[in-house]
Amino acid sequence: MDFGHSFALVAPELLLSAAGLALLLVAAWGGDNAARAIAISAAAAVFGAGIMLVPGLHVGIDGPATLAFGSLLKIDSYALFAKALIYLAAIGALIIAPAFFSSAAAGSERGMRAEYPVLVLFASLGMSIMVSANDFMSLYLGLELNSLSAYVLAAILRRDTRSGEAGLKYFVLGALASGILLYGMSLLYGFTGGTGFVAVREGLGGELGTGALFGLIFVLSGLAFKISAVPFHMWTPDVYEGAPTPVTAFFATAPKVAAVALTARVVFEVFGGQVAAWQQIVMFMALASIIFGALGAIGQDNLKRLLAYSSINNIGFILLGLAVANAAGAAAMLVYLFIYVVMSIGSFVALLMLRDNEGALFETFADIRGLSVTQPAIAWALLVFMFSLAGIPPLLGFFAKFVVFQATVEAGLVAFGAIAIAASVIGAFYYIKFVKVMFFDAPADVVTGRSGAAHWVLLGLTAAIISPLGYLLTRSLTDLADKAAAALFLVP
Amino acid sequence: MEGFPILSLMMLVPLAGALMCLFAGARAARWIALSATLVTFGLGIALWSNYQIGGVQWQFTERAELFAGFSYALGIDGIALMLIMLSVFLMPVCILSSWEAITRRVGEYMAAFLFMEVLMIGTFAAQDLFLFYMFFEAGLIPMYLIIGVWGGDNRIYASYKFFLYTLLGSVLMLIAMFWMVAEAGTSDIPTLMQYSFPPQAQIWLWLAFFASFAVKVPMWPMHTWLPDAHVQAPTAGSVILAGVLLKLGGYGFIRFSLPMFPEASAQLAWLVFGLSMVAVVYTSLVALVQHDMKKLIAYSSVAHMAIVTVGLFAFNVQGLEGAMIVMLSHGLVSGALFLCVGVIYDRLHTREIARYGGLSINMPYYALFFMLFTMASIGLPGTSGFVGEFLSLAGIYQTSSTVALICTTGIILGAAYMLYLYRRVAFGGQTNADAAAMPDISPREWAMMAPIAAAVLWMGVYPESFLAPMRADIAALDARIAAAAPQSDAALAAGTPRAAAANALPHRQSAGHASAEEGAH
Repeated sequence: MDFGHSFALVAPELLLSAAGLALLLVAAWGGDNAARAIAISAAAAVFGAGIMLVPGLHVGIDGPATLAFGSLLKIDSYALFAKALIYLAAIGALIIAPAFFSSAAAGSERGMRAEYPVLVLFASLGMSIMVSANDFMSLYLGLELNSLSAYVLAAILRRDTRSGEAGLKYFVLGALASGILLYGMSLLYGFTGGTGFVAVREGLGGELGTGALFGLIFVLSGLAFKISAVPFHMWTPDVYEGAPTPVTAFFATAPKVAAVALTARVVFEVFGGQVAAWQQIVMFMALASIIFGALGAIGQDNLKRLLAYSSINNIGFILLGLAVANAAGAAAMLVYLFIYVVMSIGSFVALLMLRDNEGALFETFADIRGLSVTQPAIAWALLVFMFSLAGIPPLLGFFAKFVVFQATVEAGLVAFGAIAIAASVIGAFYYIKFVKVMFFDAPADVVTGRSGAAHWVLLGLTAAIISPLGYLLTRSLTDLADKAAAALFLVP
Repeated sequence: MEGFPILSLMMLVPLAGALMCLFAGARAARWIALSATLVTFGLGIALWSNYQIGGVQWQFTERAELFAGFSYALGIDGIALMLIMLSVFLMPVCILSSWEAITRRVGEYMAAFLFMEVLMIGTFAAQDLFLFYMFFEAGLIPMYLIIGVWGGDNRIYASYKFFLYTLLGSVLMLIAMFWMVAEAGTSDIPTLMQYSFPPQAQIWLWLAFFASFAVKVPMWPMHTWLPDAHVQAPTAGSVILAGVLLKLGGYGFIRFSLPMFPEASAQLAWLVFGLSMVAVVYTSLVALVQHDMKKLIAYSSVAHMAIVTVGLFAFNVQGLEGAMIVMLSHGLVSGALFLCVGVIYDRLHTREIARYGGLSINMPYYALFFMLFTMASIGLPGTSGFVGEFLSLAGIYQTSSTVALICTTGIILGAAYMLYLYRRVAFGGQTNADAAAMPDISPREWAMMAPIAAAVLWMGVYPESFLAPMRADIAALDARIAAAAPQSDAALAAGTPRAAAANALPHRQSAGHASAEEGAH
């Protein structure tokens, strides 16, 4: 085993761990006063880790040279693509946090806790490991590192009962899901005698026995919980509503990317020989997520809950790409993930800007009535995000749906695609409700607070990417996604 | 002009205007919008005058590989040219009609209209299937805002209905497009127009496209969004909706359904005929009993667009030419009728027919214009309506005399409801004092009515100007679909000639009869 080579491959993770540990020490001695500096350093560390991904992403790497630590990890283009998205989302979550925690929105605990950036770092590290896992052990290690950080993040406003409730719910249900996943993994281990993806794949052979099938279903169920696909989605609205908004923005983006990327890797690299066994499961989850995510969102009055259902709905479309079960579908899924991350960060930043003079946040439809008159910039940005989430051209969200449905139809799943796209119209209903409330209703005129430059920059940037200008990015984006997906489909 | 990207420029000018309007004050926004639309109209005239009749089929082509999955490809033939001209001609009129009526959020309103113009030009000029879809579908956003923000009392319901109906219609078309591109290996529209899809698949593809275009046209029974949207939209919104957006459906049939799926079009022509016949009779009868002027004109639009669809599916040159002329004519006439409603709505703020009466006394010029457009809507010879409807019905008569018979009743019913409307609004006594006190049309209103009136008469008297650019394209289309043309019941069949004339009497050489014959002389 060549450790030098392995360490070189995991350099971004090493940077994140070192930065996380160092900043933890700073936090221990510096206390919450140093929180802002820690957040900036953490963002810099994540950014640095992201820079390290660029050469590999650009060239596209795959094959045996990407295996690290005796095949425990696999740092191929696919992992790099997912990591790049995760880091982007983490940086977003770090940038938007300080203003939130130092305002009245944070309740009685004003001021950001120094642990917040450190936890985000560790969560990102965990997700990095998840997406590069090549063994069920490293998969579980990354997953738990991410989940444990996330549980704490959800409950970081200790005196806020909603935040505490969100943390507890997330923890209890997350632990249950981890248990299910672990049980599935142990079944697979029992029936194949290995934990490595390659070993399990070879152990399964061509046919799935009943035991191995159970293993597959348990593993998929555990992962479906993490990506909050229907029918394992119940925790999402509660956690999203209760968690502090920057944390919700983080949950809606980075862990979703990691879990989806991980799911794709598991189904292709472990169960690549048994496509028929999992394809129908994924198809069901995709359709169910699209339909129930959309139906659930219709009755919501709280914007964060609505975005939670919207993320369930979006996961459905992402799973659509997975259900296609070929390289084009996986590439489409990755493109969708990128656009989804940008749209989600943008919408949550916009929600964070709905504040009064004290900085307290508004989060119901009643509060954003007539926003286009009182805060036209935020309203127009939200309009762009909502139409984009609904998949209306010429916004970039349409391109996301475009690639996914194109892959679906090209693979011959025409009826499946037709049903899914017809169901997407249900989703359009609540997205245009957003626009209706902001543009058609009489102003409520409660959103009076000013937001910091960081929010405006992030809002402007995400809105510019989602606007038709974003189509100019599509060539390089699909190119990267194709390379990443190709790495996934190399037969081991 | 070769190589000069005039189509991109025509989209860029309103786009730049729209962005400026977003940040401009009310007064500035009006002038920016007016000048942007006038410049675009000027470019449109340049486009038409540089269009070579009888030249290559696709002119002013541009192509750039900017995006993944599809390309930025523009280009027009005669059909697209005429519809682009219609759009750019109506836009300044729309801006003028909103000059005083819109006082709230003027910048955003003008921006929405200019965006709309970009999208309309793009839809007609797109040469890539997906680019077409993007422009086609993107129109939902500005129109949703126009209805929802500046509409009437029930605008929320109307805007939702408009949005969701149209979206549901078009998403299935997208799936069909993916299938077509996967099958044919290209998303280039001119290539796809020559591609022969398997007949069995054509049926499904045709139905998917039909779902989208039939909602857009709209055909009965998918028309219910239209009266709501028209009634609630501001005047200019109705003008653009009736004038151009409905034509997107007809354009879709002529650009996609017919040339790409000729066999399916022939097999399913009965469906189009059936729905169109119902539409002509039913919506005309519904129009007859309306109390709301806009609703009446909206229902009449459904009836007129049904004449378009039967003309398109007549599978002969006359039908196609007629359908195109009806589209152009209806774009002008129904737009103008909505303007006429808008003119008096601005004064009295009601669309209730009974609140008016005797307007020809206090508003003679207005009554004159209204009369002209009413007659054009009925299809009086000398106006554009006559040319289109005559050609269309002549075309369909060759295919099916039953359909022609029923659709022709639409002309009679059309005369009934339009004349009835005109009588109640313009003639009779001045029963309402406030209506009687309304001033006649202002110079601004002259400026928006007179050009349309001139165009209506021009098209009625010398339709050749409008038919000439389209002739070659329609002939090409007819050649493409001729092989699949359905059995017609009115085609002339050569029989065996009689030996003698039909009225020849039997000629006998007997004496008794001979005298009688001479007596008959």
